Amino acid sequence: MRVLLRNPRRELEIAGPVRVHALLDRLAIDRDTVLVIRGDTLVPGDTLLHDSDDVEIRPVISGGAA
Amino acid sequence: MKCRRCRAPVVIEIRRHNAGFCSDCFVRHCQDQVRKAIHDFAMFEEGARVLVAVSGGKDSLALWDVLLDMGYEVDGLYLGLGIEGYSDESVVYVRDFAARRGATLVEIDLPADYGFDIPNGSRAARRVPCSACGLSKRHLFDRAALEGGYDVVATGHNLDDEAAVLFGNVLRWSTEYLGRQQPVLPAANGFPRKVKPLVRLAERETAAYCVLRGIDYQVEECPMAEGNRHLGYKAALNAMEAQSPGTKHAFLFGYFERASKLFAPEVAAEREELHPCSGCGAPTLGEICAFCRLLDRATTP
Repeated sequence: MRVLLRNPRRELEIAGPVRVHALLDRLAIDRDTVLVIRGDTLVPGDTLLHDSDDVEIRPVISGGAA
Repeated sequence: MKCRRCRAPVVIEIRRHNAGFCSDCFVRHCQDQVRKAIHDFAMFEEGARVLVAVSGGKDSLALWDVLLDMGYEVDGLYLGLGIEGYSDESVVYVRDFAARRGATLVEIDLPADYGFDIPNGSRAARRVPCSACGLSKRHLFDRAALEGGYDVVATGHNLDDEAAVLFGNVLRWSTEYLGRQQPVLPAANGFPRKVKPLVRLAERETAAYCVLRGIDYQVEECPMAEGNRHLGYKAALNAMEAQSPGTKHAFLFGYFERASKLFAPEVAAEREELHPCSGCGAPTLGEICAFCRLLDRATTP
């Protein structure tokens, strides 16, 4: 499957099937700091992702407070 | 996993609530949290004219959307910071949202209206960019709210933002800042009333709200913020939250309930000493306010 990462924007090709939480663990990403989006909606951690899926892992942490 | 409210399949899990929600119930959850914050902290009444400070990011656009849906009279205020490759993109998200919702957007542009941008201005004034940015926002939002006759300025500070700021202020025992860290700052001595209606929502929730509501926002982080102290505090708190969900909420709301009043007298005393800036009339402790000093340094060749 094609996985889009942000900040900086880049793409990875990951073999499926794999569950969302397993994908995040494999990429060493804290599950509470991102949303996982398939198509145009969110998917929870137990969702099985397939080779044909387009997935975005979107970070949610923003900074800049003085 | 089933939705806590309706038993439909979930689209998001919130570990600190030990719950998952379907799309419709999650949107209602966010609205309920904002409604509860407004009520519990007596932020503003029905019929109030609200000015929301919008950046093009997830928090401020989510806040504007929720308040519009709740029926408040709420306009947006965008401040162009002149950050190349960032500000020109962020304003597009804000304008698109305002157009889609038929909402009123007020725009101020630092380079066009004040003659400096954040990267060059902060350098000239020898300030950290985030500090110059925060100072400019506070000053210009206050002024716009007072001149526009708004009852209250609402900002998109969320639970993570507030917990990180509290963490930093406690680490340094910055008592003057601790006294000001409230979900509501009342109007006084030239300051408009300021509120933070997202204080009960984590930033993962405001981001999810935007995705589920189809709100496009600027995902890319501000290039000036990279590596700043605030992000370090968030990372430390997130590590604790991962071990014990609910830690950030308990830290922040425990402070509001049990400790914030200890620091209030210092702020009240400081506010009594404020007088109008000789340059612009904004409240200040010195002769010239911090924004006028920044403006002077940033625009002096």
